[in-house]
Amino acid sequence: MLSYILRRVLYAVPIIIGVNVITALLFFYVNTPENMARKILGEKNVTPSAIENWKQDHGYNLPPFLNVKEKGLSVVTQTIFFQKAVPLLWFDFGRSDRNNIDIGSEIKTRMWPSLAISLPMFTAGVFIDLFFAMLLAYYRGTRFDISAVVFCVMMMSVSTLFYIIGGQYFLGKLLKLFPISGFDTGVHSAKFLILPVVVGVISGAGVGIRFYRTVFLEEVSKDYVRTARAKGLSEGKVLFKHALKNAMIPVLTNVVVSIPFLFYGSLIMETFFSIPGLGNFTIDAIQSQDFAIVRSMVYLGSILYIIGLILTDISYTLVDPRVIFE
Amino acid sequence: MQEVRKPIYFKTPLFLALFFVTAFVSSCTSNNPYRESESSENILYTTFVEPPKHLDPAKSYSSDEYEIIGQIYEPPVQYHYLKRPYELIALTAAAMPMPAYFDAKNKRLADGASPEKVVRAVYEINIKKGVMYQEHPAFAKKNDGRPMYNALAKKDLEGIENISDFPFKGTRELTADDYALQIMRLADPLIESPVLPILEKYILGLKEYSDALRADLARVRNARKKAAGTSYNQTIDERTNPIVLEYKKHSLPGVQAIDKYTYRIILKTKYPQFIYWLAMPFFAPMPEEALSFYAQGALAGKNITLNRFPVGTGAYMMEKFNPNMEIILLKNPNFNHEAYPVEGEKGDAEKGLLKDADKKLPFIDKVVFKLEKEAIPRWNKFLQGYYDSSGISSETFDTAVSVGDSGRAELSASMKDKAIRLLTSVRPSTYYAGFNMLDETVGGYSIEKQKLRQAISIALDFEENIEIFNNGRGVPAMSALPPGIFGRLEDEEGINPYVYEWDAKKKRANRRSIDYAKKLMAEAGYPDGRGKDGQPLVITFDNPWTGPDFTPIINWYAKRFNLIGIQLENRTTDYNRFQEKMMKGSFQFFSWGWNADYPDPENFFFLLASAGGKVKFQGENVANYSNPEFDALFKKMENMNNSPERLSIIKRLNATAQKDAPWVWGYHPVAFGLYQGWLDNVKPNAMANNELKYYRIDAVKRKALRVRWNSPVYWPVAVVVAVIAAGIVWTALSARRKRR
Repeated sequence: MLSYILRRVLYAVPIIIGVNVITALLFFYVNTPENMARKILGEKNVTPSAIENWKQDHGYNLPPFLNVKEKGLSVVTQTIFFQKAVPLLWFDFGRSDRNNIDIGSEIKTRMWPSLAISLPMFTAGVFIDLFFAMLLAYYRGTRFDISAVVFCVMMMSVSTLFYIIGGQYFLGKLLKLFPISGFDTGVHSAKFLILPVVVGVISGAGVGIRFYRTVFLEEVSKDYVRTARAKGLSEGKVLFKHALKNAMIPVLTNVVVSIPFLFYGSLIMETFFSIPGLGNFTIDAIQSQDFAIVRSMVYLGSILYIIGLILTDISYTLVDPRVIFE
Repeated sequence: MQEVRKPIYFKTPLFLALFFVTAFVSSCTSNNPYRESESSENILYTTFVEPPKHLDPAKSYSSDEYEIIGQIYEPPVQYHYLKRPYELIALTAAAMPMPAYFDAKNKRLADGASPEKVVRAVYEINIKKGVMYQEHPAFAKKNDGRPMYNALAKKDLEGIENISDFPFKGTRELTADDYALQIMRLADPLIESPVLPILEKYILGLKEYSDALRADLARVRNARKKAAGTSYNQTIDERTNPIVLEYKKHSLPGVQAIDKYTYRIILKTKYPQFIYWLAMPFFAPMPEEALSFYAQGALAGKNITLNRFPVGTGAYMMEKFNPNMEIILLKNPNFNHEAYPVEGEKGDAEKGLLKDADKKLPFIDKVVFKLEKEAIPRWNKFLQGYYDSSGISSETFDTAVSVGDSGRAELSASMKDKAIRLLTSVRPSTYYAGFNMLDETVGGYSIEKQKLRQAISIALDFEENIEIFNNGRGVPAMSALPPGIFGRLEDEEGINPYVYEWDAKKKRANRRSIDYAKKLMAEAGYPDGRGKDGQPLVITFDNPWTGPDFTPIINWYAKRFNLIGIQLENRTTDYNRFQEKMMKGSFQFFSWGWNADYPDPENFFFLLASAGGKVKFQGENVANYSNPEFDALFKKMENMNNSPERLSIIKRLNATAQKDAPWVWGYHPVAFGLYQGWLDNVKPNAMANNELKYYRIDAVKRKALRVRWNSPVYWPVAVVVAVIAAGIVWTALSARRKRR
């Protein structure tokens, strides 16, 4: 298993380099350092010399990928790509282009609010989706099942924004049960989390319930389920004891791969609920064309994705003894 | 061994459902976004929409940043809070600085001296004695007099996230050296002050000083690069080993600290508007101790920098800087050099704005700025009483404001019920549409081209635009000058005769008719909007309006152009492409805006001076307007004191620009602000940025109203719980039936 993991980690290296190259290419050819400077320096008095000075002070005066003016290794090292992307390999995220903050320190700080909202939202979401999916599988083919599926499709068709604004309006403004938005530190953050978590769980329920229902239905039509029923087991036992265990592989594929991304937070949810997490951080960076932060977050995203995939593979061995790493 | 059977609800997911429902219901407590312990405190709650980029007074140049640093840093002068038109008064200066003018022979000239004769303008500024800085760790000293926090390492900063976390603090008296140091900082290339290019033109030796510092910086960087060789990485190198430039290595003749309380700024020319610059944070004092303190790399690693934690003498000081959530300012206990104004504008006393006259400032103990990016949550929390003031977005305008019988905007009944007040003020800004004067079709200075642009100016009915897209919150522009700026004329004297006619009976300006515009089009060589070749005139419209909200505005422009037979081709691009097009001059018609730095006509007319042409000089004259007559008048007017002569030149400037019509003059926005009934001493001041010290809060009244407005409604939750419970019971019974 160790060698398998090592192999997967090594496979990840070219992927990470590729992600970095593509991010840099996109940024430099869609959005030049001059554009970044202009956006960051503001609207007034942005002279060409101010732009040049900004580029120089932030290390964007070098060529993007190859510095033909230099000799030897410096041809590669004295480039924007090398100077900005290579330190990422040892998680040196550097400083933001926009306001010179330490990105690593900011990620560490913002990770917790993101987790505070995404972890309960994810956990509650998975359990509620699984519960209702099993319930629908239990009542498969009945009017209850059909109307619930129609309802799920309706829920899927509605934008997340609708749930957010509706939740804020109904639960925050009309019923006055929760703060409409905001955040606080420590235990004081609890009251700010309920509304986004409720909204997040409801907005994702349509997709989740339908997905897990399909998984369970596929499972309950298999031979071993028929055997269990023939043995005289109750439908509940068949479903919750036998079918649930065997449906774990697709469930885990969906769940475990998402776990690392919980650190990343939710882009829209954090913005609307003023949660100071990493999702908000990324949106701000994109809007303000802060390449240093965008590059760091894309890099972090690719690492988390790879970790998620490896974790998923490992989790298969826990639920299915037939899966062996070679 | 006997198996202990657990109750069924522990085994089934029903338990989880019950758990979440119970947790949900039990958590329904209060919508108060603040801690209960704060509810009676003398705190002002307000918002910020995006985290401020910089709080360094040498670098900050946006209104959201000024809203914070304006309370902390104190330049020598400030705008009078109540008087209109805007008037400057001394702040830390002992008296208003008056320039002394000198000719080439160093002979003192009269105050009204002609700008051509002036080769030196000297501002000698005396500051008040006994003004103390806020308590700050930068001033903390050991017994031997050395700084308490020197050469800090990472381990020394455990548990420290804010300046307020440092156990030892100190203070000291404000000195003239601090002001001189700050002006030197404006030239520091590592700071990238946005006003350096402007000030270099005026402050004696600033350009040379700035060049010398940049040369120093280049020298240090080259030396480091040479030493590091291939592995040199400028960003990492300067992060671990920051470059600190020695300001005193070079001389700056235009800035001199004469004694502890006096400093002098010498300008190369007469520039009366310089006094307005002295009211901006760029000219606030900077103690050397703060620079040494923040130069420590370990602090930067924790994001504790001057960019985030200002050090000032103002009414407030930074307590907590968490730009992702909240920024908290506390009353500066060392602030004791200012009292509430004793006089104001006519009518201020009747409005209760002078009842705190001569009382010591500030009145509020703490100011909390909450990050609130989205307009709807911000608005709803204002309605719930959790914010003390609010702007009005287009989405919420109809809820807040209705047009009364008199045609004036009034508060809606629901706002009046809450005793919310509406205060309006014309902003010193202008939103305009412009033509590229370098373009062959719409540019140029012939009579035909003038008529073409005048016809378009008539067709673009900005009265309608303001009504439709801005809920009437704007004043149609007759020239570049908004109301309240010297040179702005009202009524018949102030109209743009090429676009409006004066209705003497109704005493108002009426926009000229579309028929008249069509006549102008015909005289311009485009009868019915068609050129000599019979083809319709097509004009491209460049803008950065990418969102769906802008589609109706773009359609409105197209519709209005179409009225005089012109086809408008929209070319919306993202902001970067738009800027590039403006820079290269590859556009015909565009939309733009300008917020004044200071209330002087020079700060508007320079937008049309050829020396600031966007294409040639990358300046702020985006239309690339270049009329020698206008330039000559502008040159004469820009450095004059306000006088009848200056007014007559302004009239000629207006007449010239109105005839050439490089802009469709657009409108001047009117800010609508809503203020809760418990917030007193509020008067919108578009130029001042330190007004929080004048505000007063009735926290007891606020607490009572918040409780009344925010009583939770539980019954819908009870209904939902009952429905879920019924569903669970039905499911269980149904399952049992199925089993049987």
